[in-house]
Amino acid sequence: MKESAIEVRNIETRFGNAVIHKDVSFTIYSGEIYGLLGGSGSGKTTLFRHLLMLTRPSKGSIRVLNQDILNSNEGEANALRRRYGVCFQSGALFTSLTVFQNIAVVLKEYTALSDKLIADIVYAKLQMVGLNSKAATLYPSELSGGMVKRVALARALVMDPKLLFLDEPTSGLDPISAEAFDNLILTIRRLLGLTVVIITHDIDTIFNVLDRMVVLADGRTAAEGTLEDVLRHDHKFIQEFFGSNRALNRLSMRSRHGNQG
Amino acid sequence: MDFIVFQNGPQPTLILKGCWTLSNLSAIEHAFKALRPALPTKGSIFINCMDIEEIDTAAMLFFIQLRREMRLSLKVSVTGVRPEFLRLFRVMLRYCPAGPTHNLLQQPVPDTLYRIGKTAINGFHDLLLFLDLIGRICMNLARSLIHPSTVRIQELAVNLQNVGVQALPIIALSAMLIGIVIAFQSAVQLKNYGANIFIVDMVGISIPRELSPLITAIVVAGRSASAFTAQIGAMRVTDELDAMKTLGFEPYRFIILPRILATVIAMPLLIFFSNVIGIYAGILVSSLQLNISPAQFLERLEEAVSVRHYVIGLIKGPFFALAISSIGCFRGLQVSKNTQSIGRYTTISVVNSIFTVILIDALFSVILTELDL
Repeated sequence: MKESAIEVRNIETRFGNAVIHKDVSFTIYSGEIYGLLGGSGSGKTTLFRHLLMLTRPSKGSIRVLNQDILNSNEGEANALRRRYGVCFQSGALFTSLTVFQNIAVVLKEYTALSDKLIADIVYAKLQMVGLNSKAATLYPSELSGGMVKRVALARALVMDPKLLFLDEPTSGLDPISAEAFDNLILTIRRLLGLTVVIITHDIDTIFNVLDRMVVLADGRTAAEGTLEDVLRHDHKFIQEFFGSNRALNRLSMRSRHGNQG
Repeated sequence: MDFIVFQNGPQPTLILKGCWTLSNLSAIEHAFKALRPALPTKGSIFINCMDIEEIDTAAMLFFIQLRREMRLSLKVSVTGVRPEFLRLFRVMLRYCPAGPTHNLLQQPVPDTLYRIGKTAINGFHDLLLFLDLIGRICMNLARSLIHPSTVRIQELAVNLQNVGVQALPIIALSAMLIGIVIAFQSAVQLKNYGANIFIVDMVGISIPRELSPLITAIVVAGRSASAFTAQIGAMRVTDELDAMKTLGFEPYRFIILPRILATVIAMPLLIFFSNVIGIYAGILVSSLQLNISPAQFLERLEEAVSVRHYVIGLIKGPFFALAISSIGCFRGLQVSKNTQSIGRYTTISVVNSIFTVILIDALFSVILTELDL
């Protein structure tokens, strides 16, 4: 039996009268790349924020790395947060700091390492996300969209997290950068054995990167499992989403590939 | 807990053990530094990694650097390597910076001469940009005068409400307090000379001519220059201004001109309002403190104080207003796409506009005195 990293059970979320989640449950196992899928307004982002301990559901339970995050005190929550690496959709880099400082500031705050070792770690992480050392002195406003996402990933990885959370990592990137970033996520998972949670609705990411996924619709878990499992469901949203031209192309490519191999 | 133990002997060995993770890394780093002098300087050394329970990327980087450093003078053999350790070692060896790295966390402080030069050049650059803005404002103003229908009445009204009407309470309070202070201070002195009635000259000249325009301008600078900068700055950050341009809405006509016109219209009105309140405060203090009845006060005000003081005060209004609003808009347009930029420019805009108001007031003072007014 695989070890579970995150267990979400019977989550219900309401803001005033608006019900976001009625009953959402899923399990993320250690070492897998897991996708949170769903249409706009399906509550992906709210769920993501629950997992990050930024918001709380009204009912239900969430266990992360065997810790009940809804009933933990501030100290426990902070200890858990230090095992998280988070990349926000827009990168959320600190605009007044250079790339180097954006990454080093976390190490400076939480460790008493020597300046040289901090610099070594920062440059290694930059290398790891495919940036060269010239980028270190640039400010976020001087970076391209793809570079911002890479720096955000480097910052998320700097504390050697157990869990990596990515909010739409490929949105706003051109197809080539998006594919490169998808490959980067796969590489990093392979190298470091992280558990990765991704919000996405990029068909390419879903087909290339995710091991398993949950599809949210109407405030409930519409489907959970591998891509094959999900595709077998006949929920309206799943049929529409995977019935789009791009998805159909991918599916036919995939089956052709399968026949050949 | 020891992370590094050194065993000297025929086979000098460094034994690494425990959790080699980021949270322990500074302890590990210090332990190694303490052991450094005890290590042999030549020959060979063994590193035993058998007892490392866990190792992460940061600690692995440290291990690689440590091994690299010792290999400069020693023959290093690593023993007791587990498969996970070897895998991470290979991964991190690829990403480990080869040459010396520089910590860029602390930025070098530029020397004084450099800073002076930079400030001077920036100031000059700002001046040119400001002149450019003034030119554009004048052009748009001229166009509005020729075609009054192009003035955006709705924006103008909203800005008049924000700059003028909503400033009334704070201006009333400030003017009242300034009137009371002036009247009280003079009352004490004038009583000594038995020249009680001259309090009317005192209050009647100083308030409308100097104090009330200045106080009003400072309040407006604090309220509106900052608001203009923040509003226009936020529009720049969100690309709203560029969006307007592409839709054919000229930002000068839609954003800047209504603000400037509103301030120019509102300022003399606010100064008038503040005159009334300030003189009322003077009347109040005189009747309570010096037994001068309000009727006496007003009679004396009419015969002793020439109307020109009052007119001079009002004339200053539009000049102050132009300075405040154009500086507010100018700094707003300078905001860059950076979270701290809005705050910085808002501060600069308030400081600049208050200073400019005082400068203009001083110029008025000198010129009018030379003209014997």
